Amino acid sequence: MNTFEVRKLKNELASAAALACVILALIPLMYILFEVVKTGAPAISWQFLTSRTVGTGGPGEGIGNAILGTLLLLFYASLIGIPVGLLTGIYVSEYGNNRIGYTIRFFNDVLANFPSIVIGLLAYALVVDLMRLGFSLIAGSFALAIIMIPIVSNTTEEALRMVPNSLREGALALGVPRWRATLKVVLSNGRNGVATGTLLAIARIAGETAPLILTAFYSSYWSASLTEPIASLPVTIFRNYNSPSKVLLEQAWGAALVLIMIVLSINISVRLLLRNRTSNGKREVMKTWKARLSRKA
Amino acid sequence: MGPSKPTKSPRRPPSDWDRLFELGVMAVGLSTLVLVWALVAKMALDALPSMERFGPGFLTGVVWDPTKEVFGALPFIFGTLLTSGIAFIIGVPLSIGIAIYLSELAPPWVRGPLSFVVELLAAVPSVIYGLWAMYALRPVIANDIEPFFKSVLGWTPLFQGNAVGLDKFTAGIILAIMIIPTIASVSKEAMRAVPDTQREAALSLGATSYETTRIAVLSYARSGIFGACILGLGRALGETMAVTMTIGNANRISWSLLDPGQTMASLIANNWGEAQGIQLSALIEVGLVLFFVALLVNLFARLMVGRVLKAVPSTGVGL
Repeated sequence: MNTFEVRKLKNELASAAALACVILALIPLMYILFEVVKTGAPAISWQFLTSRTVGTGGPGEGIGNAILGTLLLLFYASLIGIPVGLLTGIYVSEYGNNRIGYTIRFFNDVLANFPSIVIGLLAYALVVDLMRLGFSLIAGSFALAIIMIPIVSNTTEEALRMVPNSLREGALALGVPRWRATLKVVLSNGRNGVATGTLLAIARIAGETAPLILTAFYSSYWSASLTEPIASLPVTIFRNYNSPSKVLLEQAWGAALVLIMIVLSINISVRLLLRNRTSNGKREVMKTWKARLSRKA
Repeated sequence: MGPSKPTKSPRRPPSDWDRLFELGVMAVGLSTLVLVWALVAKMALDALPSMERFGPGFLTGVVWDPTKEVFGALPFIFGTLLTSGIAFIIGVPLSIGIAIYLSELAPPWVRGPLSFVVELLAAVPSVIYGLWAMYALRPVIANDIEPFFKSVLGWTPLFQGNAVGLDKFTAGIILAIMIIPTIASVSKEAMRAVPDTQREAALSLGATSYETTRIAVLSYARSGIFGACILGLGRALGETMAVTMTIGNANRISWSLLDPGQTMASLIANNWGEAQGIQLSALIEVGLVLFFVALLVNLFARLMVGRVLKAVPSTGVGL
């Protein structure tokens, strides 16, 4: 074998090894999906989805209160997290070419990769401890909101940066004040990117468990009160995963199936919506504006 | 006299509103930053009783006994480092292989969908990883993988004891799977940022694609890849649920991967509900340690990755 053949062989071995890495990483994903659907699906029924967890493993139990709790947590977290993240993103993208802007962006980058349990501790320190509200829906929502903020703000910033400067200049040249230009022209053109980021942030916090154990805790009753502990799908899984009771274990798997459906359907639909937009987003923006302008003329 | 003032417009000048808007969004942007640091200070205040009682010995104490009210954090710092170390050793080569395939070797039409599928691994909630590990992965590890390692490496202190499957080994494996998407996607971005002229130069000299990747791509992107690995490490250090569900929960130091252990994060998650008084304070101090470890690791990773990834081309940079 001469040198050339050795090099060719090396090349093929390395390519095969890289492909093997990809396949090896996909096995767990497929296996998890398979296992959750296989074990979780038999548990699902209308009654299972609409009755509350009693916790004794008796007949007629379900995860309805956990589904409601997760939806409420997502709603209140979005109520805080989306506006704050959005405005932060606007500041960093439109006014942030200075020291404060860099500081905020850097801090948000770091916060986005922070362990969620630490964020749970922060929310505990404020809402449960300092404000004396105890384990509650509001504490859980606050923790999830802090996790959301950097995700929403980073994607908002990226989306607004895709908007060409000529649009900003055009608006200003027409005498539009800068704040209106930012809201009406820049933000409305970046709205797809902003919506994507928001949806991904919601998908991300839907599965967060550790911060909820520290803040929202758990309740086996129907509850929508802001100051009461509340159940959620991830915490239901954690409480029941090790249970000797077959019914409770079934609840864990059923909750896992519902949760993974929520998370994956958001991720996949965002991906399908975005497929054509990311690569030629800028061109699209220009095209729609040109069309709009020519229609008016 | 200075330069003449511009003539005043009869209406309220728009610049006031502009200024107000800018200050408003700036205040919102800064609020998260200020709030987080204020809450860290509050956490430190909550941890004060434990700090006063145990001093710096808290970090080196090996006993965690709530009944005797003696708390030391070393077993959990040890457990965190050991499990993250396993995850790092297994996860990094796999992730870099994936990144190379996605960035250099894959045909263009599979690149997008395949990257997406790898990133879906990051979307699966941690608690579901734990559930899966407990019921699907654990039997495989306890019956096949651990006995294999025991027979080969049983003479080292790392593989002593019985293969049960609820131990640091399983926790390390599950962490490895969980950090793959982070490392792979950031490394892939770093490799995509390598200019094509680098690849062309290597190819024009007759290099094979393996050699091109090694000479032109990996050496050019190495700081980004290194940063990606550190980001993955940061994710492993703070990961909570999957570890809590698989590590076996034992508050002691043992080098054997087949023994149960505890990480800082899993300790907090396990004991939070019932902890009170000095124990709660000690738990918060553990959380504070975790905060600063994660902060350092993330700052370091940001410095390594930042230069590469912030060079994304953009036209709109604000006005």
